[in-house]
Amino acid sequence: MRTAEKVIFEYSRPGRGASDQWPPETPAAATADLPASLRRARRPLLPEVGELEAVRHFTRLSQLNFSIDTHFYPLGSCTMKYNPKACNQYAMLPEFLGRHPLAPESHGQGFLACLFELQEMLKEVTGMQAVALSPMAGAHGEFAGVAMIRAYHRARGDLARNEIIVPEAAHGTNPATATMCGCTVREIPVDAQGDIDLQALRAAVGPNTAGIMLTNPSTLGVFERRIEEVARIVHAAGGLLYYDGANLNAILGKVRPGDMGFDVIHMNLHKTFSTPHGGGGPGAGAVGVAARLQPFLPIPVVGREPPGESGAAPRYRWLTEKDLPQSIGRLSGFMGNAGVLLRAYVYMRMLGREGMSRVGEYATLNANYLLARLRQAGFDAAYPQRRASHEFIITLRRQARDLGVTAMDFAKRLLDLGFHAPTTYFPLLVPECLLIEPTETESRDVLDAFVAAMVQIQNEAEQEPERVTGAPHTMPVRRLDDVRAAKQLDLRWKPTA
Amino acid sequence: MSNVPADLRYTRSHEWIRNLPDGTVEIGITDHAQHALGDLVFVEVPEAGRSLKAGEASAVVESVKAASDVYSPLSGEVTAGNPRLATEPEAVNTDPYGNGWLMRMRPAAGSATEGLMSADDYLKFLETEGG
Amino acid sequence: MAFIPHTPADVEAMLAAIGVPDIQALFDEIPASLRVKSLQGVPTEMNEMQIGRLMSERARADGRPLCFIGAGAYEHHIPAAVWAITTRGEFYSAYTPYQAEASQGTLQLIYEYQTMMASLTGMEVSNASLYDGASAVAEACLMAVRANRKSKSMRILMPRTVNPHYRKVAAATAGNQGLRFEEVAYAPDTGCTALEVLQKCAAGDDITAVVIQQPNFFGQLEDVDAITDWAHARGTFVIASVNPTSLALLKPPGEWGTKGADIVVGEGQPLGVPLSSGGPYFGFMTTRMEYVRQMPGRIAGRTVDLSGRPGFTLTLQAREQHIRRAKATSNICTNQGLLMTAATIYLSLMGPVGLERTAAASHAQTRELVAAITTGKGVRRAFSGPFFHESVLLLDRPVAPVLATLASRGILGGLELSEHYPELGHALLVCATETKTQADIDSYVAALADVMQKARAA
Repeated sequence: MRTAEKVIFEYSRPGRGASDQWPPETPAAATADLPASLRRARRPLLPEVGELEAVRHFTRLSQLNFSIDTHFYPLGSCTMKYNPKACNQYAMLPEFLGRHPLAPESHGQGFLACLFELQEMLKEVTGMQAVALSPMAGAHGEFAGVAMIRAYHRARGDLARNEIIVPEAAHGTNPATATMCGCTVREIPVDAQGDIDLQALRAAVGPNTAGIMLTNPSTLGVFERRIEEVARIVHAAGGLLYYDGANLNAILGKVRPGDMGFDVIHMNLHKTFSTPHGGGGPGAGAVGVAARLQPFLPIPVVGREPPGESGAAPRYRWLTEKDLPQSIGRLSGFMGNAGVLLRAYVYMRMLGREGMSRVGEYATLNANYLLARLRQAGFDAAYPQRRASHEFIITLRRQARDLGVTAMDFAKRLLDLGFHAPTTYFPLLVPECLLIEPTETESRDVLDAFVAAMVQIQNEAEQEPERVTGAPHTMPVRRLDDVRAAKQLDLRWKPTA
Repeated sequence: MSNVPADLRYTRSHEWIRNLPDGTVEIGITDHAQHALGDLVFVEVPEAGRSLKAGEASAVVESVKAASDVYSPLSGEVTAGNPRLATEPEAVNTDPYGNGWLMRMRPAAGSATEGLMSADDYLKFLETEGG
Repeated sequence: MAFIPHTPADVEAMLAAIGVPDIQALFDEIPASLRVKSLQGVPTEMNEMQIGRLMSERARADGRPLCFIGAGAYEHHIPAAVWAITTRGEFYSAYTPYQAEASQGTLQLIYEYQTMMASLTGMEVSNASLYDGASAVAEACLMAVRANRKSKSMRILMPRTVNPHYRKVAAATAGNQGLRFEEVAYAPDTGCTALEVLQKCAAGDDITAVVIQQPNFFGQLEDVDAITDWAHARGTFVIASVNPTSLALLKPPGEWGTKGADIVVGEGQPLGVPLSSGGPYFGFMTTRMEYVRQMPGRIAGRTVDLSGRPGFTLTLQAREQHIRRAKATSNICTNQGLLMTAATIYLSLMGPVGLERTAAASHAQTRELVAAITTGKGVRRAFSGPFFHESVLLLDRPVAPVLATLASRGILGGLELSEHYPELGHALLVCATETKTQADIDSYVAALADVMQKARAA
């Protein structure tokens, strides 16, 4: 792998620049109306480099990254599947790219048709009655979902319902979101099989219950088998069910959250629907609701006018506060991550109903195959009696205890062997765990190679453990000093002169 | 096995309390707590003069893994926050019962120290917690 | 097409290794009553050629009208290199840089971005971006509540000259945590927030923060120095919401008043991000070092590795999960990584001179546009006083029909303001950037004159 690259400011030379890209200089008179007291006195610190220098610098930086395009990336609950190039190409057609968000609907029927159809397809695959596309990430969609639950109860005058139930294995954003919506959190345990403790659930629900936040399959990688009973218990107590869609890839085409009894879901379009992870975003956290929550959807939502005379094309328009007076409000400056939504639309159209049905199947096949091969190679599954969903957990507790080699060490050594590590140390319930999600776009050869790498690391752990505990050895950097990073904060480049 | 000095008292949230000769008390977090947090990178202590209620969040200890509130075990008025910790947060790790003290306070009249655990009770508590 | 590479031989071998007869057996834990029968509501699959045709038709239907709308999203020239590099697979398909050793490209880029944004805004530290300018304002208000130790009220003064969508997003996002947003009227002659009005709204009370947008939504320039000093004198935080291109010419918030703003946010879209119907964009946030621990979002820091080599990593992550009982909290901790990447490359190609020229040319074109339009009958400027690259015009007739006719001629004439500011009457917000040539401006001016003249005659 390429070794480190200088910080771009170190290439700056006074007077250099990609000047061919700049507008011509404007006469001073053209900006003379800007008051002197409001003018900038000193230029900002920005690079002064030519275009080729900049291109080389950023291209070299890109070569320091692992990515789906270059490496197997089995991060659990992240669904690192192939991002089809067609999605990018067609979302970036010049007319889509150049359209102003406030352009009139008359000059956006193509764009709006794509978004409307995306809403419809998402409704169909999740079994929900209505979809809103504006939340800009999973956590943002979660916020919308919990806010809608709260708004629903308040609209019914039921102001006591402020408690959200969360299983103890839940992702950290779930309780954080509940708190952010002004709710309190109540945790309930999961049993040794990974299912929710129904007795604890019955004891936990009551007149204060706003709802429960669940992922199914759960963060433990297993399907909540008694989900219908869970739904009955919560609904009977007057609460609503929220579905965290992080693991939707496991059941896409096989089971629908709406059919399981969920009232509101968020989907991660950047996971299940293959929009790019982009080094940390942009995501899109579309939300779907059952009929009783439809009035509370965040605006704007795409609506379709009923066709007038026969043969007339449908007209699409934005639904706003006037159409949804009980909406929880606007969550985005415009209409969410529109370009991401177009990519998801292209993906879903390419898959179609045939492809959608196969996603859950092959994601689950790959996960179960990888689990079987790793177990055959001697690794310990956290829930050996359960089927894997689209992901599963291996625990390295034994290796940590007997060899002093941890899950973190395995993860770092995998980097040397050309694999991005799985998720480590989540869920917190399982010690020294690796949460592994291969996705359906990986071939059997890649999975076999991953098993071979894990076997190699296990052998090294037994015979020369420093090879593993000192990993990575071949990356652009070795393990980094996190403590120093937090204590001696160096968060921006400063010129030495 | 963590260090639990016999002459101090303890809380369920892993703070220790030492009675000082001048009637004030000194408060910090236990060896168990510092170990769980890992290397501390930042500590925020309350200013002198601040009044606290028992159970109120009074200080913050931050490692790379987690940032935790430290709850005041007693009601009273803060007489000092440990100035060393602004530049040497790791003192809490290396010397949690000595140089790593967090704050000193004058307990309010009638403030309960009976609810605080003895060293033996805290050790038993750690065992049941699986610490 | 589902991008699933398995051959039947693969599937057979895999099922054998698992020990099940078929793929359906892998779903035996799922109750049969829940299994989907069919997805008839989803259309049948398409290959690339087919979806390509469909998308091209849809794009063609939307066309490429000449755009004079600003209002929070600005059309600027984006050098081809920006997206050629940003869409490289190593940036496009990488994840959040949690495994730092495998993500030095992204992490170093964030560090460079943080450096640029801190300097551009005149502040000491930046995060790695937020969702957009609107949610960034909401986050800044939540942060002010955490950071302003002297204030307990959670009252935020929010002038009406702040983007109306931003105000709505702030209310929807932070309203459930006890923050109270109080509207402040603008002066009808200048379209700016007057100090006396702020003083009256605040009275002698505890106000946690005041939000100032510069240029404001009308394009007018606020009296930022006076407002900043006033706020600080009474223990109120100053949250600045700014246009990043404008900062090449205008004084950055870090230099407002005596002490400078406390928190700076804004919409980063003008920096190399296409209009694309409103997203994905990115919000930026910068602040003073003393508040860095209250700042939401990811932050990259430079450190060293085991061999002493410099490297980059996400830092101060403990704050992201930390929930302080007494103060408001946030669950928003993602960043818009790909857009931040594009902005960093854009700023590297523009540099200080290119950005300044872009800002100056945009302002010059807007001045040209406003001067030319207002020579015609029935159009005048709404406000007096300095503005930057956007301006409100008043027409002598309803704006919507005029805009509709212009649109049918391929010109998007601006944003009608009657929905958010009905008190202005027939008001239109227009913007021209460096992308508009003299010929473009001439066609707009001529078309507008023609449309209005025909309407007058009718």
